[in-house]
Amino acid sequence: MSVRVYVPGDSAACSVGADEVAARITEVAAAEGVTVEVIRNGSRGMLWLEPFVEVQTPAGRVGYGPVAPGDVEALIDSGMLEGVSHALGHGLVDEIPWLARQHRVSFARVGLADPLDMDDYRRLGGLVGLRRALAIPVDEVAADILASGLRGRGGAGFPAGIKWRTVLEAPGDTKYVCCNADEGDSGTFADRMLMEGDPFTLLEGMTIAGTTVGASIGLIYVRSEYPAAIRTLRTAVDIARVDGWLGPDVLGSGRSFDVRIVEGAGSYVCGEETAMLESLEGKRGMVRPKPPIPALQGLFGHPTLVHNVLTLSAVPAILADGAAAYQGLGVDRSRGTQVFQLAGNIARGGIVELAFGVSLRELVEDFGGATFSGRPIRAVQVGGPLGAYLPEHALDVAMDYEALAAAGGMLGHGGVVVFDDTVDMAAQARFAMEFCAVESCGKCTPCRIGSTRGVEVIDKITAGIDPERNLELLEELCETMTDGSLCAMGGLTPLPVRSAVAHFGEDFHPSTNGQGKR
Amino acid sequence: MRKVSGQMTAASAIRVLEALPTHERLILPCLQAIQHAFGFVPEETVDVVAGFLNVSRAEVVGVLTYYHDLRRMPPPAVVVGVCVAEACQASGVRSLIEQIEHDFGVRLGAGTGSGPVEFAGTGSGPVEFAKVYCLGNCALGPAIMVNGRLVGRCDIGRVRAAVVDAQVVPR
Repeated sequence: MSVRVYVPGDSAACSVGADEVAARITEVAAAEGVTVEVIRNGSRGMLWLEPFVEVQTPAGRVGYGPVAPGDVEALIDSGMLEGVSHALGHGLVDEIPWLARQHRVSFARVGLADPLDMDDYRRLGGLVGLRRALAIPVDEVAADILASGLRGRGGAGFPAGIKWRTVLEAPGDTKYVCCNADEGDSGTFADRMLMEGDPFTLLEGMTIAGTTVGASIGLIYVRSEYPAAIRTLRTAVDIARVDGWLGPDVLGSGRSFDVRIVEGAGSYVCGEETAMLESLEGKRGMVRPKPPIPALQGLFGHPTLVHNVLTLSAVPAILADGAAAYQGLGVDRSRGTQVFQLAGNIARGGIVELAFGVSLRELVEDFGGATFSGRPIRAVQVGGPLGAYLPEHALDVAMDYEALAAAGGMLGHGGVVVFDDTVDMAAQARFAMEFCAVESCGKCTPCRIGSTRGVEVIDKITAGIDPERNLELLEELCETMTDGSLCAMGGLTPLPVRSAVAHFGEDFHPSTNGQGKR
Repeated sequence: MRKVSGQMTAASAIRVLEALPTHERLILPCLQAIQHAFGFVPEETVDVVAGFLNVSRAEVVGVLTYYHDLRRMPPPAVVVGVCVAEACQASGVRSLIEQIEHDFGVRLGAGTGSGPVEFAGTGSGPVEFAKVYCLGNCALGPAIMVNGRLVGRCDIGRVRAAVVDAQVVPR
């Protein structure tokens, strides 16, 4: 009898040895005369346990991790292939509290199967949403998206249903759906894990979007730093075409929709939607002024529905299970679930998908288990490099769009980066300005010049050169960048800078010279 | 990479461009296709792209110089991107960079700003080091990418091992 073993093929898992572990399992099992079927699944998102090996048993899947190639022989000898408990064992995977406490909607299928197995995708509920969308009038589909309360998961939080209606009603024969997979924020990896671990869900969400708004072409703009995601998506598109749900006649509906995968070329600002459109047109990734909005004049001037990977990946479940089920999750104006990503100096990092409203402290302490280094938490940056640094005492904030904004932060793409007490917050503020200087597209002056001046002013402050006046100057500079920049790059860079000054002012004092509280 | 004359390069660049489907006949995809074929964008192909697309040379150079990925010189056998973004900073990349500088004799620069691309001469040939911003491995930092292969939880030993591995496996 053949034993089914799962070893993630996700690039985070492979970055700590999953390929070697998979090869070693095949090798040791063969030597011991056991037949194993090794399936390379997506990652469950418990990244501190990677490589996380699962064995199919009559009782369910049993997990072991983190497994090093050198552990494999001992694990198999002690009965791993029968699901026997072990020091590296975690019992039944479905009962691991870290996973069981989550509410997975967008990530429901990630980690369960081979990401490119179309039969598994169907077995796990795939294409139900698309079939329903094709069976009802397009304005009802758009109304469902609006009723679900889904908002843009890329960071801006714009109601998705309004965008769908705008593109649907926009005049024109040529329309596009563009998926923004230029996930450049440090501390975020959910787009990558979804594209690698369940690409069909994203393609299904895009197909629903395209057939609804009247677009026949969808483009996914994937950053070049994600070569594995690009390979997986390209194969998934080929499979979906053969399977008949991408191409000239989507599932026999008579409607046409196809998807192209476009590789980026290393530019953070191309994650801004209009810069992405410029890049998709083959040009420099320069931000466009708005209006006109992309929904009316987007790619090559045509109406374009632009969404992040996570927004589109929530769509199949909304159509399959109904808008009310999705809308029933969350709080206030933040409905549904958010895929949080726990990163940085954290003991248990990974993917936590929960309804909106969970507190940052629950995420960082209960799920994350505090710092990896074992030292006290000093700062948490939420929402990527343009997000605020929050001090330890502010961690009780609820994780929804409005509550975070009220606390002076922003949810962004849901990344949570933890720092321990060795962090130098003046250096982090300086980095925010440096990063902006490197990645600014240069179109507007506040961002292009302000960021370079910001680095210089922070250097003067930490060197003790007229610190009072230079702190004032830094504040004025931040105000100019916030109010005068064309897009979020220059407009939000002041967020980490100002929050660092406000909450960690002692690090900017020349007497400590950025030594922090150490 | 074999040495080819400028004319031969231009001729084969045209063949690369003519193989592109219509929707990829835009400046960036053309340059990416040329880099894919040659390993970099040779100077003499800039005019080829401009002529092929009927755009000015300035427009092509504008795109070529805008994107970090596009190179105007051939890459060495091993290219290492060291992530210096916030999550890897929180996991200790600042001290890892100091160790890389010491061990490989390169200078990526203090702090985490965009340092110059640096080359280290090792026994098996040159290795390029460059700072990059986020490889999407933020829970398992510090992260590096060596010839397209992601390596997590890096200390200097893992960096060294990954470079050696890449030197024995040709790209």
